[in-house]
Amino acid sequence: MLAACGLSSIEELFAHLPPEERLTRPLALESGKSEYEIIDWFRARGAANVTGSPCFLGAGAYYHYRPVLVDAVVSRSEFLTSYTPYQAEISQGTLTAIFEFQTMMCQLTGMDVANASMYDGSTAMAEAAMMAVRITGRKRALVARTVHPEYREVLATYARNQGLEVVEFGYDAVSGALDLEDLERKLDGATAAVIVQSPNFFGVIEDIRAAAELAHGAGALLVDVFTEATALGIIAPPSAADIVAGELQSFAISPSFGGPFAGVIATREKYIRQIPGRLVGETVDTRGNRAYCLTLATREQHIRREKATSNICTNQALVALMATVFMTVYGKQGLRELAEQNLAKAHYLAGKLPLRFNGPFFNEFVATVEDPVALNEALLEKKIIGGLPLGRFYPELKNAMLLCATEMSRRPDMDAVAEAFASAAEPREVEAQ
Amino acid sequence: MIREARTHVSRNEPLLFELSSPGKKGYQLPERDVPPVDAAEVLGAENTRAEIEGFPEVSEVEAIRHFTRLSTWNYAIDLGVYPLGSCTMKYNPRVNEAVARIEGLAWAHPYQPEPLVQGALEVMARLEAALAEITGMDAVTLQPAAGAHGELTGILLIRALLESRGNPRKKVLIPDSAHGTNPATAAIAGYAVENIRSNERGMVDVEALARIVDEDVAALMITNPNTLGVLEVNIRKIAQILHDKGALLYMDGANMNALAGITRPGDNGVDVMHLNLHKTFSTPHGGGGPGSGPVAVKRHLEPFLPVPRLKQQDGKWVFDYQRPLSIGRVRAFYGNFGVLVRALAYIMAHGGEGLRNATLDAVLNANYIRKKLEAHYEIAAEAPSLHECVFSDARQAKHGVRTGDIAKRLIDYGFHPYTVSFPLIVHGALMIEPTETESKRELDAFIDAMISIAREVEENPELVTKAPHNTRIGRVDEVTAARRPVVRWRPK
Repeated sequence: MLAACGLSSIEELFAHLPPEERLTRPLALESGKSEYEIIDWFRARGAANVTGSPCFLGAGAYYHYRPVLVDAVVSRSEFLTSYTPYQAEISQGTLTAIFEFQTMMCQLTGMDVANASMYDGSTAMAEAAMMAVRITGRKRALVARTVHPEYREVLATYARNQGLEVVEFGYDAVSGALDLEDLERKLDGATAAVIVQSPNFFGVIEDIRAAAELAHGAGALLVDVFTEATALGIIAPPSAADIVAGELQSFAISPSFGGPFAGVIATREKYIRQIPGRLVGETVDTRGNRAYCLTLATREQHIRREKATSNICTNQALVALMATVFMTVYGKQGLRELAEQNLAKAHYLAGKLPLRFNGPFFNEFVATVEDPVALNEALLEKKIIGGLPLGRFYPELKNAMLLCATEMSRRPDMDAVAEAFASAAEPREVEAQ
Repeated sequence: MIREARTHVSRNEPLLFELSSPGKKGYQLPERDVPPVDAAEVLGAENTRAEIEGFPEVSEVEAIRHFTRLSTWNYAIDLGVYPLGSCTMKYNPRVNEAVARIEGLAWAHPYQPEPLVQGALEVMARLEAALAEITGMDAVTLQPAAGAHGELTGILLIRALLESRGNPRKKVLIPDSAHGTNPATAAIAGYAVENIRSNERGMVDVEALARIVDEDVAALMITNPNTLGVLEVNIRKIAQILHDKGALLYMDGANMNALAGITRPGDNGVDVMHLNLHKTFSTPHGGGGPGSGPVAVKRHLEPFLPVPRLKQQDGKWVFDYQRPLSIGRVRAFYGNFGVLVRALAYIMAHGGEGLRNATLDAVLNANYIRKKLEAHYEIAAEAPSLHECVFSDARQAKHGVRTGDIAKRLIDYGFHPYTVSFPLIVHGALMIEPTETESKRELDAFIDAMISIAREVEENPELVTKAPHNTRIGRVDEVTAARRPVVRWRPK
């Protein structure tokens, strides 16, 4: 090959690189390892994490069972090692699966159109806010404090340089749901979007219709966010919203220390040209066959450059495929049954704990405990990972913990959590002098 | 003549929704070990839904056949060369998949207390260090989820640094050869975009640059090697021009596969860059993601990196959230961790010397293709090629055949096409990036196909303009799809 290229040494390929720019030493990395050594090293890192214990953490990343079929499908080379389906004639597998994904997202959310995926729920929410700005021509977003705190941080990062003012509104201290009066007070004619999450960060189901009515009354759009997709198997679809931005991690995507997950944006038909990211559409081929292709690309960066709806290019296709297989395996009946199991488990556990809020909840809820960190340490001694102490995100909730129970939570472990709460609540014995 | 492919039967398959019949299911949940709960009672009837209308109802066998049949309609790297320029479609080692599925890594929850995730944090710390070494930069954030997300992070860092100096400035300069994500990113970060023309060698015109850089310029976003596969030989001069005026140099690292182990952007004046782990570091593209777009910076930008930052404390890894100058978060949690695991496995398998050899082989493969095809296709830039070579369809256009047609005809030969019509500065571009993982045999087969098509263009252009002929579907009507968008299934 060197001879064919007219070269006598492979180093000549870089003959035009100015010598002072050349790296004159080997990279300071360990020498190449065998497959066995690599697996061994990562196994040891895995063992240095505590996993396999019952875990009551949720808060945007959930433990749900992953049907075996999911890995069987996403391990197929044709899905795993293919590129973005720009060449439709040899990408119909990916394109068809995305079309099915988009359809199921619409069925779940009650929206008309959904995109092919976003990086995750947090960036989907930020992009939804930007979309609302484009649609309304306004530059203010009202976001509920019951939206995932890290999602709000991402929104702040995105908003800062676009002249988008972000204002937070509160929650009702008794129910843990939106403070609609506070929302009404802060709504004005400059508001582009009202952003709420349901079930919210505390697990409480929000009144989407009421929030939508208020938002629409002021000419703003309602953006509904979800982090726990399983809830959509049983709770009313957020049809009153204008844009739905969600996270699909619950659908067979392992928690994987926070990613890769898959976000999605769904909206009404009339806003289709403002949706960011890739879209697959149905069409026909030259022989009259039904076929699918990427469509409305004039929204996207590779065509529109600085005028694009978003800079997103690579999304989370394979992860969205996991969700698609998951939704297929569970199907209409299964997603409902799965949601019912989550509901039953969470209500069983919650029934034994002092609850901070009284709003209706799905599979997460906030419990009161004097010292959440100490409680988690006590649980860890029983090899149980407890909930999320909330003080880090909500100073007013420093004596509270967010817990999540799913179909994977077993009754004896939930009983153990209840016991730990009970003993934490007992007055401490005064140590003998 | 088509030598490397022949057609074979693949099954048709309806959409899931057309396949469904009421009551079918493919799952079995464990028996409930707690009392049932009436959803309408605990949630309120108004908060619950009836059935999910139209949702699939299929058996397990139907489900796996459905997706397996769909999969057979895709091309993939595991089937052959995937020479998409700018995409670095190299082989995705399967050991990466194995380690990403290790239970202790795949099932670690992002909110587990730090002492319970030391393994995950060590993976991240080690990858940060390796990427800093490879790029010659001082600090790395792993948070961005893809290349464009990394670009946004990088430009926000620049903005934050300039703001801290008193003036964020107004515009970002972008060469006309750049990826579309660059201008889209600059716009989202609140900057005006000023496109700058490449010179006749496809490089940044240093003298012209010196004339336009002033106190309004925040940064230049440069791709190196650029999208013609050409090395910017004046990178130090370019950096100097910017730095002299207080502006910064951003490097799009999409083409890092041409540089790793040979030269380091950080040693040559680049202030901030992103990497695409799904390109240079072999993590699978998965039909369009997940990717990962770490951002590497020089020391002066480090205080602005997204929160949280990894740091060591009493011999343990912890997250540091107390970073007052940080631009904030660019996504929830810490990045596409599963992708990070795969990339680190790739780096470990190669080591420093292996990465350097991979770069040399990638560049050799591209040059080999260039040499073999130069007699048949018009080369777009005379400058030496690195990891990819770009031709134009100038000769074929005389016969009414365009780059898109040649691409479709390649499919008949059993190959995935190159990147079509990009970069925009080349009229009718054919952008070919073979990567280092292709053998000479596979390259020769691809080259034979390209030469054969060049002949067909002269002898029977219609054969090419009507291609593909051997695929299960013909060319799709993208115009109708966009004019009357149908983006979901609905019952008839």
